[in-house]
Amino acid sequence: MDVILMVVYAGIVMNLLLGGVTFAILFERKVIGYMQLRPGPNRHGPWGLLQTIADVTKLLMKEDIIPNEADKKIFVLAPVLAFAPAFAVFAVLPFTENLSGADLNIGILYILGVSSITMLGVLMGGWSSNNKYSLLGSIRGIAQMVSYEIPLVLSVLGIIVLVGSLNLRDIVGYQESIGIWFIIPQFLAFIVYFISSIAELNRSPFDLPEAESELVSGYHTEYSGFRFAFFMLAEYTYAIAISALATILFFGGWLGPAFLPGIIWFLLKMAAFMFGWYWLRATLPRARVDHLMNFGWKVLIPLALLNIVITSIIKVWMGG
Amino acid sequence: MQLGVYYDNYLLVLIFILLGIALPVVALTFGRFVRPHNPYPAKTSPYESGIKPEGDAQVRYHVAYYIIALEFIIFDVETVFMYPWAVVLYQLGWVGLNMMLIFIAILALGLAYSWKKKVLEWN
Repeated sequence: MDVILMVVYAGIVMNLLLGGVTFAILFERKVIGYMQLRPGPNRHGPWGLLQTIADVTKLLMKEDIIPNEADKKIFVLAPVLAFAPAFAVFAVLPFTENLSGADLNIGILYILGVSSITMLGVLMGGWSSNNKYSLLGSIRGIAQMVSYEIPLVLSVLGIIVLVGSLNLRDIVGYQESIGIWFIIPQFLAFIVYFISSIAELNRSPFDLPEAESELVSGYHTEYSGFRFAFFMLAEYTYAIAISALATILFFGGWLGPAFLPGIIWFLLKMAAFMFGWYWLRATLPRARVDHLMNFGWKVLIPLALLNIVITSIIKVWMGG
Repeated sequence: MQLGVYYDNYLLVLIFILLGIALPVVALTFGRFVRPHNPYPAKTSPYESGIKPEGDAQVRYHVAYYIIALEFIIFDVETVFMYPWAVVLYQLGWVGLNMMLIFIAILALGLAYSWKKKVLEWN
């Protein structure tokens, strides 16, 4: 591939991603709105389609306040460090058979490794703000994210045992060859992945780092204007990346009946996965800190290990 | 895979990382021209729900967080060991499976120990 072509591809993915985030936010607000028997945003544009664009424009025009007691360098660096890794994940995601970025043979390892750098942004933002709410929010967030990183990473291992490759295209290809999506043979792994992805993204009902009623806004309390917007952007970019990964791992990526093109199937499955998150957010109240930590260490990690043991025994039994 | 194609893939990854850094930098620089700038002491003091902030926020915090971090490192290294094993399991057969089962059993023992020692309790 030509270098210019690569830059163009990266630019197109970035623009589509920014558009995608815009509509993911609107989708979330609309879904939660209807579930709570209210229409959600509906003033800007038909069906509220321009609401997020209006919000972003507003944030761009707002003053950028840096607290005088903040550690300025780290404070400025934190949103960049939260966003860049979340975006870098998209370099390796295959969207259809022909449309894919870098074809790394360590695809999954790269995604899981790079995406966990996002945690550093949270820690740096919280610590450098020199604000008690921010500090509490960020250390809570880090404790939660590292605790749920392990079941998330372990749940993927069952699939790798079955496929025998870390390449994302191989994983989709394997699901095509056995004619069944991994959500059926790896159902336990899917449950673990789904729950830990919610905690990993600090989404409700596991949104303790941002618990509004206790911590104002958690680690980004002191952030305003466009720096705040970048924390939100990073969060949703990461959410889209995690749901795209779930689509590839558990729902067969672009596979589907031929009457729709592969990319449409991919996006539909992604939207369905995200709808699951929104549904839970509208349904469940926030979990308590000790419940959350106990659940991760005492339920999800043993379950994920059990899944690996079962899967690998079956794999060797069947003779590879 | 040809070596040139192999490096090309990593070049694309590098471009994505650079673009990911460039977007916030460019957007924030551009924003400098459209946003107001009027800081004064009351505005730039740390937010503590309207009360005058008391002391420094960068203080020592609860030891439970360090223990969770230690546990994380142990289990994260475990997963690093398990990834290459998972890729080649179909070649290793029963011998490789037994070795990893012993490895998992030792780690499960460690988890059970920290469970019993109430390290995982949060209070």
